Amino acid sequence: MVSVRSVSITPSSLTPADLPWIIEHREDRCTLCGRCTAVCPKGAIRLAHMRQRVPKLDVFNKNRGNDYRTFTGIRQETDPAKLCIGCGMCSMVCPNEAIAPVPGTNENRTAFFQNQKGEPMKRGGRRNTTGPTLLDRIMFNRISMLTDPALDAGRHEFTTTTTLGRILSPEDFLDRTLNGGWIPPSREVFPFIIGSMSFGALSPNMWLGLLQGVAYCNEVLGIPVVMGTGEGGCPPWVLRSPYLKYIILQIASGYFGWDEIIRAIPEMQCDPAAIEIKYGQGAKPGDGGLLMWYKVSKLIARLRGVPEGVDLPSPPVHQTLYSIEESVMKMIQTLSTAFQHKVPIYPKISASTSAKSVLNNLVRNPYAGGLMIDGIDGGTGAAYNVSMDATGHPIASCVRDCYLDLAAQGKQNEIPIFAAGGIGKNGNVAQNGMAMIMLGASGVHIGKYIMQAAAGCLGNEKNRCNVCNLGICPKGITSQNAKLYRRLDPDKVAERVGDVFMSINTEVKKIMAPLGRSQSLPIGMSDAISIPDKDAADRLQIRYVC
Amino acid sequence: MCRLALKTANEPFSPYEVLSAMEAMQEGYDGSGLGLLLRGMEFEDFKYNPRFPILSGIAHTETAWKRVTEYMEKRGYELKYDHRFHMEPDLIEADDRFRYFLRAYRMPVAFRDQSDDIREAELLRTRLALRNLTDEVDKVTIFSFYPDVAMIKEVGWPMQIGNALCLHDGQIKSRVCMAQGRQNTNYGINLYACHPFFIQGISTMTNGENTAFVPIRDWLVGKKFSGYTGYQSDSEVFTHILHYTLKKLKLPLQAYKHIITPLNPTELAEHPQGEFLAGLRQVCKRLIIDGPNAVIGSLPDETCMLVMDQKKLRPATVGGRDGVWAIASELCGVDAMIPDRDPSLDFQPMREHTVIIPPHRKELEIWSQYDPFPLPLAA
Repeated sequence: MVSVRSVSITPSSLTPADLPWIIEHREDRCTLCGRCTAVCPKGAIRLAHMRQRVPKLDVFNKNRGNDYRTFTGIRQETDPAKLCIGCGMCSMVCPNEAIAPVPGTNENRTAFFQNQKGEPMKRGGRRNTTGPTLLDRIMFNRISMLTDPALDAGRHEFTTTTTLGRILSPEDFLDRTLNGGWIPPSREVFPFIIGSMSFGALSPNMWLGLLQGVAYCNEVLGIPVVMGTGEGGCPPWVLRSPYLKYIILQIASGYFGWDEIIRAIPEMQCDPAAIEIKYGQGAKPGDGGLLMWYKVSKLIARLRGVPEGVDLPSPPVHQTLYSIEESVMKMIQTLSTAFQHKVPIYPKISASTSAKSVLNNLVRNPYAGGLMIDGIDGGTGAAYNVSMDATGHPIASCVRDCYLDLAAQGKQNEIPIFAAGGIGKNGNVAQNGMAMIMLGASGVHIGKYIMQAAAGCLGNEKNRCNVCNLGICPKGITSQNAKLYRRLDPDKVAERVGDVFMSINTEVKKIMAPLGRSQSLPIGMSDAISIPDKDAADRLQIRYVC
Repeated sequence: MCRLALKTANEPFSPYEVLSAMEAMQEGYDGSGLGLLLRGMEFEDFKYNPRFPILSGIAHTETAWKRVTEYMEKRGYELKYDHRFHMEPDLIEADDRFRYFLRAYRMPVAFRDQSDDIREAELLRTRLALRNLTDEVDKVTIFSFYPDVAMIKEVGWPMQIGNALCLHDGQIKSRVCMAQGRQNTNYGINLYACHPFFIQGISTMTNGENTAFVPIRDWLVGKKFSGYTGYQSDSEVFTHILHYTLKKLKLPLQAYKHIITPLNPTELAEHPQGEFLAGLRQVCKRLIIDGPNAVIGSLPDETCMLVMDQKKLRPATVGGRDGVWAIASELCGVDAMIPDRDPSLDFQPMREHTVIIPPHRKELEIWSQYDPFPLPLAA
């Protein structure tokens, strides 16, 4: 036996079997073309020269001996910094099906070492929990049967839009119409909104593809889809284009990009769809944006008004935030004034046990155009793992509580609640969204689903890929490296955006038609849904079925 | 499916005429109940003053009956007339019906010179207070309390109930009679769930299911108006939306259609008052119905109306002549009520129509949603 000291073993030493993703490489199929090692975003595999013993038998001389040959093959790195992320790009580029990552079935030993140099694990993606979500388990079962006819999703006329912006009470509306008062601005939009993903987080090609797709949905398909910018501004040409009306501009605690936006106001051809003031987000509540230096390219630096190649961590709260009554009201009012009271302004908060207090303050603020609540399953480009996995509040009960609170005040039509966080986590986007709507949301924001469906994001909740924070996105979705983002064809993304929204629109109708609803989105139609979980049913005040 | 019949005439007529229309429409419904609303009252044995509110309901036991009479006395109402039905109790299916009552009162002195709004609010408060006198054993059911309106609701076949209460004897007549022929068999039997529904003089009845019931109910309850209560039937919200349109928003009757089944954004863009109507659609979004429904209603001034759901998924016909008109869910119902009319002038409204029979009953008004909206503020 060899002395242990002669082998290099450290506390962080791992074997391939300890890794979350294990590369299976078939040397008999490999042609050593090198594409896999070239494409691997993490450098998790390398071409290695290895020596193999070959038995050497000299039968006639009755000599037994050894011979050695060297060969070249693929080996997996076990250094925690170079762990395979399971993205499967190696498999995608291999001409010979010689290589693929497979999930390690052993314990996840690497979890203990992802804090090298004292830095806890950071990643992109969302809460790593798998299996059906609560929203997946909700069924629509107030079916129109015999007592009333079900509608025809293919032939009847449906209204599938929702209102973004504050709505007056009917009494106030008539009073202001008669007496010439201010009617708050609002937009009729498709209830599935592309959530706020910043121009820094997404690559220019991804952003362009999304915007092209959104414009196509609006102008050709007649589906009024809008998309959020996230923090970090908006490209100057978009600000001055007629496409701005499909954009929800976000202002967040770093105020990045707002210098550019404010300067563009006099030259804007149209108003933006809305302004979102981000106070919190579901993936990392109480934490700010986290754009790392390697994603701050020349373009991003220009948009955000910062030097190139510096870290851009946004503060957790707005520096002006003193109290909700004062600062939030003032901020909403100021932004409303900046856009001449013609653009809905609404805050975005993390789902929280305190969401109802925020909502009740907004009810009393005549300039507030809604409330966006982002749940624990929300995605992000970069956050600490602990924030993503363990901090936050599930969206369903939070939105339900808020809706019931509004309903008790008779204000459910006045302040629309938008929900986000895990909508379409398992691909059931229309079902999840409509379940939220029937629980009381006026619409939902979808970010991660759009990245997955429209651009082929590889991330999942088994911690596959999830390296958006590093700027090495193998699909070029969240990278500012031109070599990577050129992999993504904006036209193809736009095409997929069209596919996705056409399909959601059809599924929404297929959900509404059997319920006998077509004239308005069934917001708060809680008699139509149920869940095979007694506790959840009681909590959400919906029917329990089994 | 429910069967609906409404007749309105210059000359008061017996509700039995409308029951015969229910009989004509009997095919295809289960005859599980009857709801009647009479308006423009005439009693054989009493010269009725149309300012006297009439309390309609059922006291299910003697104790309950005492409770009602004592409460009304205590509240300061002076009994002017107590209608006694000639009963044939054997024809009534239920066995806990101590007394059906239609009682005309003079309002308490304090309200005599008050405005209609204040008087109506008092009548509503009294009606709701009387409803609350009920308990498990001694039940009280109150249908309406309003001048010139009487209501009867009972479980059973319409004709059978008419015979049980001897409605054919000419003791009661009215200028408007609304009848609906079905208990709410989709849910538990409850007299309050039977159409027509009533609030402050406004009444509607409907055939079909209201799929948007829960969000509409939640919104109406949130208005914190004490009359928006009950909801034993999903159709009650149609009455309350009409009440909200006319009494709270003070909009004309035509606005009802724009609230329950608004035009779509493309149609609104071309409408002369599209901007206003789009705003109205938005602020009243939670009151949009989905049908399938025909809503038939009547108002305190004896205006009668009929509207369809947005897809016209239910039938309804209106027909008649100068002085007398009928609306029914089935054509044969109109035939039974007014046989001597020109049937070629019958009208079956489409999705955009509101049929209005004005109080003068000379001719029908057929108003389309695409027509300009009759309101100065919309201009």
